[in-house]
Amino acid sequence: MDAIRTNALTLGYGEEDIIEELDLVIPKGKITVFIGGNGSGKSTLLRSLARLLKPKEGSVVLDGADIARTPTKKIAQKLSILPQSPVAPEGLTVLELVKQGRYPYQSWLNQWSEKDEKAVQRAMEVTGVKDLSERKVDSLSGGQRQRAWIAMNLAQDTDIILLDEPTTYLDLTHQIDILDLLSDLNEEENRTIVMVLHDINLACRYADHIVAISNKTIYHQGDPDTIVTPELVANVFGLRCQIMNDPHSGTPMCIPFSRGRRKKDASHARKMDA
Amino acid sequence: MKRYVPFRIGNISFLMNYRSIAYVVGLVLLTIILIILSLGIGQLNVAPIEVIRALFDSSTDMNNLVVQSFRMPRVLMALFAGAGLAVSGAILQGMIRNPLASPDIIGITGGAAFATVGFLAFFSDRSNTLTVSIQWLPLASFIGAIVTGFLVYFLAWKNGGIKPMRLVLIGIGVSAAVQAFTTMIMILGPIFTASRANIWITGSVNGANWSEVWTIIPWFFLLMAILFVYVRRLNVQELGEDLAANAGSLIQRDRFMLITLSTSLAGIAVAFAGGIGFVGLMAPHIARRLVGSSFGSLIPVSALVGGCIVIAADLIARTAFAPLEVPVGVLTSAIGAPYFIYLLYKSRNQ
Repeated sequence: MDAIRTNALTLGYGEEDIIEELDLVIPKGKITVFIGGNGSGKSTLLRSLARLLKPKEGSVVLDGADIARTPTKKIAQKLSILPQSPVAPEGLTVLELVKQGRYPYQSWLNQWSEKDEKAVQRAMEVTGVKDLSERKVDSLSGGQRQRAWIAMNLAQDTDIILLDEPTTYLDLTHQIDILDLLSDLNEEENRTIVMVLHDINLACRYADHIVAISNKTIYHQGDPDTIVTPELVANVFGLRCQIMNDPHSGTPMCIPFSRGRRKKDASHARKMDA
Repeated sequence: MKRYVPFRIGNISFLMNYRSIAYVVGLVLLTIILIILSLGIGQLNVAPIEVIRALFDSSTDMNNLVVQSFRMPRVLMALFAGAGLAVSGAILQGMIRNPLASPDIIGITGGAAFATVGFLAFFSDRSNTLTVSIQWLPLASFIGAIVTGFLVYFLAWKNGGIKPMRLVLIGIGVSAAVQAFTTMIMILGPIFTASRANIWITGSVNGANWSEVWTIIPWFFLLMAILFVYVRRLNVQELGEDLAANAGSLIQRDRFMLITLSTSLAGIAVAFAGGIGFVGLMAPHIARRLVGSSFGSLIPVSALVGGCIVIAADLIARTAFAPLEVPVGVLTSAIGAPYFIYLLYKSRNQ
């Protein structure tokens, strides 16, 4: 089963094409991660799946219908997107933010039904921001703030959630925290997650399906265990590296070759760490 | 006490914010106090209790006349003009997602000034007498505001939509252009027109009468009622274009409607009270400090703060320098300009 598919999708700004004639299938109920270098078009592709960018050619199909011909409110009930580093208006409280996720279900006289309230409360519970509901979003820490935004997406109650680099500007602890949360949402609630990640190692740990984008199209896609190879990293990122098994998760781990400082006896240093 | 309490009757439901309701009640009381003070103070001082009696026609004839016929229309005009400008600014700041946006900056006030000066010059004969009734002046100003608002809107149109930042930049450009024309007409015209136009440009509620008040009130409440329906849309607009699209709102259609509302609210205010400066910038700001950015709370609080500012400023403007009377716009700009600089100073690290 596919959640979203694209037919000969061409994307770009002005004259220049960023993605050309792409046929892509996003599997349902899985975590799909887009990887690629800066400017490879992975964010552009993600945005077009959420109708934030109109395709130049081709189409994006959601539930068998072209999204360009589906009422935008209908789409908002099936799919939500969290853009990269969103900024909340000054002084908005967490509850007021999460409540915005209910927009596609509301009308001007019916703005806080029991269903809305339940969805918002649940979203704040799952993301662990319930105790912060009356706090101002701009006063929260980076990790809490990102959880509040994800709560807004959850309140939207969509089967598909797209996230553009949800871990940017977070320290490693909070990166793992956010990705664990998304992984739980996928496993426990069977939500389809599609996200752009910069860190290839984290991508390999969390993704069921990796889509590597390079040269305006898909270089390769599939299970990270089989597709992530030194060759892929060289072609997609232009980086020479060694791929090892992550000692914690067993997923591929990229060890980039670089200059820079290195221990005289690297093997000794590793033993000490172990 | 809980801050958020749901309100539900059948299919009608809202989330009420008790803290905001408390602010609204407090500000309404403050407004009433300011109105009574303003009605009482002047060349003839009337005690607050006599002011209230005068409103019910039961004070001395002199008090009744001064309070009801001379001061009341002026105070109400100050209230509604301030409220209109404040709400107009609140809408723009939310939609453009920039706290420095206001009706003066995107050219609405400038357009109205141009129309006013043009009206005074065009309809004056050689002896500087108006050839048409002065009653048409507000209409001219209103048309000037609306036309400029839409001119800016259409010039900002690009690739099937408008981007808020482009709107601001074009607004500043158009504003500067109409200002040049305004100055030119004032310099070329008779000195009498220039001084009269200058008072209008600064903003003044001096000489407001009941018929003007009865014209602005229905328009104000009609626009506020439409805005009430749009509050939800304004709330998602404020999250930015991507998130508004994500929520399933029709962004460009909503923007058009919100700009129309904002321009009209500023338009009715400047039509009768002139270009009272900085209220559209300051009032929404103060309101945001009090109740945050959710428009259900922000709109009524902005309106009341704006009204209070103009009533208070006008009270000072007509009493502090007595027997001289200063246009209220001088006072609001005198407070507003430093406030504006303070805002820029405070946001310098962002």
